Amino acid sequence: MRSKSFGEIKNISKHFTKKESLEMFKKMCISRNFEFNTKDAFDKGYIKMPIYLSVGEESVSSAISIAYKKPHIFAQHRCHDIYLAFGGEIVPLIDELLHKPSGIAKGMGGSASIHSPKIGMFGHSGLMGDQIPIAVGYALGSKQKVLAIMGDASAEEDYVISSMGYAASKKLPVLFVCTDNGLSILTKVAVRRNWSMVNVAKAFGMDAVEITDDPWLIMHHVKKLAKNLPSFINIHTTRVLWHNGTGQDSEPEWDRFKIVKEDLKNLGLEKQALKIEQETKEFIDKLWKKQLKK
Amino acid sequence: MEETTQKMTVAEKISQITRNHLLKNNGLALGQCLTAVGWVGGTIPHLSEKEGLVELSMADVSGGGIAVGAALAGRRPIYIVRYQGFQWYNAASIVNYAAKSKDMWGIPCPIFVRSIAMDGAIGPVASGSHHSIFIRMPGIVVCAPMTPNEYQQVWNYFMEHDDPMYISEHKKSFPIDYDMKDIIKPKADVTIFAISSTRINAIEAVKTLEGNGIVCNLIHLLWLKPFVINKKIIASLNQSRFGGLILDGDFENGALKCLAFDIIQKLTGSGNKFKPIKTLGLEERSAGFAPHLDNLPPTTGKIVKTVEYIINSNGKKN
Repeated sequence: MRSKSFGEIKNISKHFTKKESLEMFKKMCISRNFEFNTKDAFDKGYIKMPIYLSVGEESVSSAISIAYKKPHIFAQHRCHDIYLAFGGEIVPLIDELLHKPSGIAKGMGGSASIHSPKIGMFGHSGLMGDQIPIAVGYALGSKQKVLAIMGDASAEEDYVISSMGYAASKKLPVLFVCTDNGLSILTKVAVRRNWSMVNVAKAFGMDAVEITDDPWLIMHHVKKLAKNLPSFINIHTTRVLWHNGTGQDSEPEWDRFKIVKEDLKNLGLEKQALKIEQETKEFIDKLWKKQLKK
Repeated sequence: MEETTQKMTVAEKISQITRNHLLKNNGLALGQCLTAVGWVGGTIPHLSEKEGLVELSMADVSGGGIAVGAALAGRRPIYIVRYQGFQWYNAASIVNYAAKSKDMWGIPCPIFVRSIAMDGAIGPVASGSHHSIFIRMPGIVVCAPMTPNEYQQVWNYFMEHDDPMYISEHKKSFPIDYDMKDIIKPKADVTIFAISSTRINAIEAVKTLEGNGIVCNLIHLLWLKPFVINKKIIASLNQSRFGGLILDGDFENGALKCLAFDIIQKLTGSGNKFKPIKTLGLEERSAGFAPHLDNLPPTTGKIVKTVEYIINSNGKKN
């Protein structure tokens, strides 16, 4: 079932404006370059705590942030990309990872508990999946649009499923997203369960889809799902590096970043994309260098 | 700020507070089976979901999380857990998120957790008090009101602060419509410190002991965390010939021993002579359904016997 083309819609990228496609790609570049710099800082010993990197998964948050604007965000431990995609400031996140008091959570949050009132992002406590019932409660209390992001492992927590059921019963404005990299640390989904989250969500009466991490495909579905909340989207993606840390066991099943660049080329946007990639890299490298020197 | 304008029971007081909170403060009250028979011992006002009285599903763990989310949204929810034993499920988001949110991210998460205990008769669920599991975690205020005025005091604290609070309620308090005053006597033999429903039995025990020629002070403990050890507590224990006895409806190997330790530390740290404090709570065993296998808070008789034991083991009273 997992594949780079699962749920593909032919020529879907052509349904979006040039501006949307390039904005989405820029977000992917910011996240990817940020994470490679984080990896470098970790490997050189500047970061002395567990880190959870999003390399390979950046298309998910980048696409959602374009199709689902200004939600209240409840994410979990792998969240650098989400924070950055929704417009979180870069320097305070670098400082957080470098244990500085000027960090986004003054050093309390580390890599796994990023929060930002500015972008409406709430921190994660460390209990896997607890952000989902909390997100549902926030939607119940505020009646405002909420984004609740889980992984394929935390989706198995009983309280995740029961709170999704409650959101469906009360018709609460929550978009549930499962960033499904197919792994719980290294244990594959098929070893852990014989059921799918999309079927669970459908059984609750929600609109629900299961797709690959093609960012245009994600934007297409999220825009539709946002019209009838609560709803659910399961996105198959690849985690390039370890669950925690910077190691790599094998090549990812597919390289979405490379595929997206190819798609942009096919859209006639190769030149602009290369420029964005290069400028973003220089910009992020410079910020990291500056903060590491301080 | 609420005012008590007429005599009412604890149940009526809770209901009044809840009604006002929902209708005047845009508050929320959430829980399971709130509108079922009895309306949680008469503590729930007959309001609708539209007015803020929200029935949750029977999923305890997610229910706790949903209530915490509502607190983050600024609704200052009253989260009602009908049996304290169910807190083993509900506690996760309360202690791990609501209680940490301010320290972690500077975001307050004020939630008022009503957690209801009863004395036995419910087998292994052991729905006595379970405040000890909350007392051991940072970032949450824990108290055990037993009178209408105490309940009002606790509510006022909640509305004036932004802390999550665990209210260790007891069903025996619901019909109570009077205050419980501390009893401080000159030349006391023992000071009894009592928590939650044990306060009722302690009042009776003090009377019985007095009839037996034993003089006891009785100090009612409302605020369990932070546990403020005031001058009255120290002076009372210091002046008691044989020390103290602390009572709780939670397991003996819980908060009781921490509180006793804290009092003794404060006593000796103030330059006073050491005085022992004995603890008496639920026994270290599972409760069964049959009455003879139940595990109940200390009865009046057990309190009397324990005080007599304290006196006898420290040298008989002259």
